[in-house]
Amino acid sequence: MIRLILKRLVAALPNLLGVVVITFLLTRALPGDPAAYFAGGAATQEAIEEVRKQLGLDRPLIEQFWRYLAELARGDLGLSLTTGQPVLQELTSRLPATLEIMLAALFVACAAAIPMGVMAAVRQGSWVDQLCRLITTAGVSLPVFFTGLLLAYVFYFLLGWAPSPLGRLDPIWSPPPTLTGLYLIDAALAREPSVLWAAAKQLVLPVFTMAIFVMAPIARMTRASMLSVLSSDFVRTARASGLSSGTVLITYALRNALLPVVTTLGMVFGFMLGGSVIVEKVFSWPGVGSYAIDALTASDYAPVQGFVLTMGTLFVLVNLLIDVLYLLIDPRVRVES
Amino acid sequence: MSAQRSTWWSHARHVIGDNPVTLVAAVLFALLAVLALIGPFIVPYDPLASKAESALQPPSAAHWFGTDALGRDIFSRVVVATRMDLGIAVSSVVLSFAVGVPLGLAAGFLGGWWERGVTRLSDTIMAFPLFVLAMGIVAALGNTVGNIVLATALINLPFYIRVARAEANIRREAGWVEAARLSGNSDMRILAFHLFPNALPPAMVQVSLNMGWAILNAAGLSFIGLGVRPPQAEWGILVAEGAQFIVSGEWWVSLFPGAALMLAVFTFNLLGDALRDLFDPRRRT
Repeated sequence: MIRLILKRLVAALPNLLGVVVITFLLTRALPGDPAAYFAGGAATQEAIEEVRKQLGLDRPLIEQFWRYLAELARGDLGLSLTTGQPVLQELTSRLPATLEIMLAALFVACAAAIPMGVMAAVRQGSWVDQLCRLITTAGVSLPVFFTGLLLAYVFYFLLGWAPSPLGRLDPIWSPPPTLTGLYLIDAALAREPSVLWAAAKQLVLPVFTMAIFVMAPIARMTRASMLSVLSSDFVRTARASGLSSGTVLITYALRNALLPVVTTLGMVFGFMLGGSVIVEKVFSWPGVGSYAIDALTASDYAPVQGFVLTMGTLFVLVNLLIDVLYLLIDPRVRVES
Repeated sequence: MSAQRSTWWSHARHVIGDNPVTLVAAVLFALLAVLALIGPFIVPYDPLASKAESALQPPSAAHWFGTDALGRDIFSRVVVATRMDLGIAVSSVVLSFAVGVPLGLAAGFLGGWWERGVTRLSDTIMAFPLFVLAMGIVAALGNTVGNIVLATALINLPFYIRVARAEANIRREAGWVEAARLSGNSDMRILAFHLFPNALPPAMVQVSLNMGWAILNAAGLSFIGLGVRPPQAEWGILVAEGAQFIVSGEWWVSLFPGAALMLAVFTFNLLGDALRDLFDPRRRT
């Protein structure tokens, strides 16, 4: 078992290396000359060349790559030109805001999509199935920014149910003391129910925007895998043995049908990492995505590189986690390998 | 041959007749294609002409979709944007098809280090959240429409490689491939004239499923300020321009371009499903 997990870990290394190499290549391809920037506006051509030499930018690409690796190992992602802060520090302080939306959206999406997929498979061809088809098709056709704006218009402007779609917390509240960085958890730990409520209200619209975006693949996969499990021999046997339909459906069929769904979650997470950039822009959410967008508009490239690297690494790690999870919950994989 | 063709057509008729939604999708597709071709010639107003006195007017008989903050006619802008959005999507999909299919076929057919290299390339691309990678590429190469096409093509590349490689892999040892080789065809010739036609149907399905994706991706990139630049009309930018007015109730600025975008993506997704039913009855859902 441990050996299998280790094997997965090793298998993820080339992907991690790929992420670092691509980010490095993007770094070199980025417009703008760092040497000219550091030399200052009034620098002569010789001064720029001097700085280039100091920064090691005149070295061969492979040597620069080793330097880049060494900097990464020290946790040095460079400085943001606009804020003057180290990129790593800003990314870590903003990452919880992004994760808070993603985790909540994943929860909401699973809670809605899995029952829907099961119902659609059990009553194939019924109105639930049609509804499931409609929602999944609409889900992949709706641009995230459009859903977000539509929800903000209906629930903030028309109905007034949601607070103004700006940021994580209404400015009248001060954020809870930071433990995890997730406001919901921090507020609950600090026993501040009013802050908890205020933070939850701000979360609702961005979370639903994201959840609608990722429901489609989860529901589709649940339906497909439930259909194949329901037509399998062991379900027929369970039915023939006179087990109640609830037991057959939940204990026998669903538990097996969920395995492929777990694999889909990796892909879903990738969608969410990309979608979070747009959701954060729509709702002025202070996460890593809006940080990257602000940096892009200001032509400040170190944060963008740090962002791409962070997202890539996070995605590789999540896929690894899902692989390991799969090993733990599906005994067959262990037997086969 | 003619008998075969007629069964294909009857199958096509069956697929369309079976699901009237497909017919709707085909009609919508035709409409989009026409708008992309002649859009700029039929719009009632100049899409770039601003008129300060008629800014932010709700939809009316004169301005069907209302006007934006600079008094430009949103209907005209939405129609004109069709060409830009479809153009980006078509060129990026064609590019990934043209690069991905040969790479995948060669990988599946030749095997060896060639296959390992191509697989590694597509795995590395897939190791990124694709939208984030597209952002990085456009940021690195520069903020132009051409680079949006390039970035979108690159993130879709693995899907084509995968489809083509699988097709070549299962047919590598087929009798007719051996026969073709024995009759003196070179590897290149077998790839181009024998394996490529076989990989075409699944790759075409991938194309139509990818079109919607490509439009969404390009619009998402311009929404966050990459690629297409104002005042150029493009659906993602049009939505972004109206985003600030949503909270004050001027819904029409964002809604109409967003709806057009959604409709286009919806059309391509439905067409993709229909094509899949047509080409590959096994995967019918």
